[in-house]
Amino acid sequence: MFTPLQLARRLARRLAGLVATLVAASFVIFAAVYAAPGDPAVFLAGGRDKLTPERLAQVRAQYHLDEPLVVQYGRWLWDTVHLDLGRSFKYSDQVADLIAARLPTTLQLVAYATLLYVVLGVGAGILAAVKRSTWVDSAVVGGTTLAASVPSFVAAIALVSVFGVQLGWFPVTGAGDGFTGTLHHLTLPALSLALGALAIISRVTRQSMADAAASDHVEAARASGVPERDIVRRHVLRNALGPIVTMCGLVMAGMLAGTVVVETAFGISGIGSLLVNAINTHDFPVAQAVLLLMVTGYVVVTTLVDLAHPLLDPRVKEART
Amino acid sequence: MTAALTLAPVTGRRRPLSVTLAAALLALVVLAAVLAPLLAPHAPDAIDLSASLVGTGADHLLGTDSSGQDLLSRVLYGARSSLVAPVALLAVAAVLGVTLGVLAAWRGGWVDTLVSRLTDVMYAFPGLLFTVLIIAVFGAGMTTSVLALGLAFTPTIAKYTRSLALAETRKPYVDAYRVQGMGGTRICALHLVPNLGRSILGYLVVLFGEALMSLATLSYLGFGAQPPSSDWGLMVQEGQAAVVQGALLPALVPGTAIALVVVSFNVVGVWAADRLGKQD
Repeated sequence: MFTPLQLARRLARRLAGLVATLVAASFVIFAAVYAAPGDPAVFLAGGRDKLTPERLAQVRAQYHLDEPLVVQYGRWLWDTVHLDLGRSFKYSDQVADLIAARLPTTLQLVAYATLLYVVLGVGAGILAAVKRSTWVDSAVVGGTTLAASVPSFVAAIALVSVFGVQLGWFPVTGAGDGFTGTLHHLTLPALSLALGALAIISRVTRQSMADAAASDHVEAARASGVPERDIVRRHVLRNALGPIVTMCGLVMAGMLAGTVVVETAFGISGIGSLLVNAINTHDFPVAQAVLLLMVTGYVVVTTLVDLAHPLLDPRVKEART
Repeated sequence: MTAALTLAPVTGRRRPLSVTLAAALLALVVLAAVLAPLLAPHAPDAIDLSASLVGTGADHLLGTDSSGQDLLSRVLYGARSSLVAPVALLAVAAVLGVTLGVLAAWRGGWVDTLVSRLTDVMYAFPGLLFTVLIIAVFGAGMTTSVLALGLAFTPTIAKYTRSLALAETRKPYVDAYRVQGMGGTRICALHLVPNLGRSILGYLVVLFGEALMSLATLSYLGFGAQPPSSDWGLMVQEGQAAVVQGALLPALVPGTAIALVVVSFNVVGVWAADRLGKQD
């Protein structure tokens, strides 16, 4: 294992990298407005229509548009860190309130989808690895590859057509109330979100298990008569876990961005559909805030996954140093 | 690249059946796109409200949408923008990505560091979010979408080109040209990039499926193609309202077209990349 000093140093380096990436990404998101053609004040006010000189002056004052870009960015970042995200142009609510009201639904959707692709993806991967080079193996690889080639919005429509409209098993839109209602409503959306991830998860599981199965201690266990079930569970799967958990974490990090499409397809009121609506109505404060939230979530989760990897698999440390 | 997997493990030199089938399907789609004016039974934008949401029949082989537009005709015409736009997107990404990648590998030092830092910042935006940011600023539309996605695909191609170019610069022919007094720009443009051409082309073929999928997704969200275009992603969006009424064809016909073309391209792409890479 790590000495405390090594651990602290590694942690510090990772955190510095995390902060640097977040600062750069937030600057890109903030500065994008200034790259837009025309006057940023007009743009931030939501276009020329219904624009009064008073409104323009108000926007200029609100965004301190007479100051240099870097100063404005610093001010915006300071406010954002203190959860003051400004007001929405469309709803005239605080952006922070809009996001807070919708975030739980999106997180439930991501959690449900994660559960589905972990269970189905890892399960299919184990099946393919155990039945290696048989028709089961080919069926898993072929089936998941096919699923990964279908865009999530097409999968959503197909699932709605079959299980929502034809069979009537699941509701077609909305997020539902209560635990069972939410579960019922979010099943098809979570499935559309998870389908694309099955290929990568099952492939990593299959490959990682094949690598683990080729090692000497597995051969030794088999030679000493350990039952095949125990070999797979205790020797192969346990040693193959590192890459599998890492990949599951990375896929989950990216899933927040996937909600943009799936929430729109199912008419779910989460932060993904909020982003789409904000862009269509030129509600830039909302779009900026949601983008920043999604990027932050993604970068933080990928960093956590990276930090957790050696804790799960002590061999990684030796390989790196 | 989650989609870039082979359907079956590659064994021996024979071309797998799946590749033949996928290639045949792609050939048919390209042919349909070219011959759309001859093949389409109706004009793609001919509105006939008396024939709204008609099922399959002799007059409308794949039925109609809610405005009574013939779905078969729309899908045939839609193949044009759905196939040409990804090519344009990849062309933008290839020009930018190969330039940056070769520059980073050739110059090294601070240029290399700068390119990799820029790449890192873009990788901080998961999925389509970088593209969505650009669309938020410059407005929806097919041109914006193609350029924005081209930019979003650039880091991937730059990274791949950089790794290829690093290995290539160590080959003796590069030193030979240099000794003859040839400048770095000329060596790169006339010899290095053409030598990497096959591998880069193979990589672009693999990326095509994802490019088509991304563009269709943008059109579906209303950020890409605008009405009255027959772009497949837009058609799915327009057909979605009818699904709840029980009319599945308006959304499923273009949706199936997208899925079939993406699957075929992934199957052919992996096989082609494998062969193009091996013969280097």
